[in-house]
Amino acid sequence: MNWITIALVSFATGVFASLGLGGGMILIIYLTLFAGVPQLQAQGINLVFFLPIAAVSLYFHTKNKLVEWKKIVPVIISGTIFVTIFSLLANSMDNTLLKRIFGAFVILAGIKELLYKKTEAGSQSSDCDSSVQTTK
Amino acid sequence: MKKYLKSFYLYTVGALSGAANGLFGSGGGIITVPMLEHDGMKTKKAHATSIAITLPLSVISGIIYFSKGSIDLAQAWKFIPCGLIGVLVGSKLLVKLSGTTLKRIFGAVMIIFGIRLMRG
Repeated sequence: MNWITIALVSFATGVFASLGLGGGMILIIYLTLFAGVPQLQAQGINLVFFLPIAAVSLYFHTKNKLVEWKKIVPVIISGTIFVTIFSLLANSMDNTLLKRIFGAFVILAGIKELLYKKTEAGSQSSDCDSSVQTTK
Repeated sequence: MKKYLKSFYLYTVGALSGAANGLFGSGGGIITVPMLEHDGMKTKKAHATSIAITLPLSVISGIIYFSKGSIDLAQAWKFIPCGLIGVLVGSKLLVKLSGTTLKRIFGAVMIIFGIRLMRG
C-alpha cells in the first residue's frame, strides 16, 4: 500500500463516515479487494479507523445540534448485546464465508440507496431544511 | 401501548445495527439511518444520530476484535490522518448536499463492489 492510495482511500472513507453513509464499507472493500488484506483483519482495521473519525464527526454534529440524544438509549442497550454476540461470531467464522456475506450485505445496501424515493417524509423535510440553511 | 411499540422499534434498530457492526466491523449506519428516518427523524439528524449510536457499538466490537487478535494497529493508524480531513470536508458537505444525491452515488458504487466481493 503506497501512501497516496492510503491518503485517497482514507479521505473518501472519512467523507462518507462523517455523513453516516457507511464509510467503513469503502475502506473494507479497498483493503480486501485491492490490498489483499483478509476480511476479518480488514474489518478490524476499519474499527480502529472509525473510532477517532466518528468522535470528530460526532463533535461537529453535536455542535450543529443534529444529534437526537433521547432516541439513543434503547438503541444502545440492545445494540450492546447484539454487537457482542456478532463480534464473537465474526471472529470464529471462515474468512471466505465472511467475505461473501459482507458482499451480499454491500449489494443490498447499494440497491436500497439506489432505489431510495425522494417522496419519503424524512428526506422531503430535510431537503426543505437544506434550502433554509443555505439562504441563512 | 403506542409508547411500548415505539421503544420496541428502537430496540430493534439497536439489535440490527449491533449485529451488522459486530459481524462486518462496519455498516451500522446503513441500518440506523433509514430506520431512524422511518421513525420520523429528518435525514440529516438521522445521519448525525447514527454516528452517536455506531461509535459506542464500535468501541465494544473493537475491544472484542482486539482481544481475539484480529486488529493490526500498525496498519490501522495510517488511515487516520487523511480520514480526519475527509470528516472535516464531509461535515461541511452534509449541510450543503441533498440527501438523495448522496444516496444515489453511494448506492451505485456499492453494488459494483458488492458483486466483486461475492465472487470470494
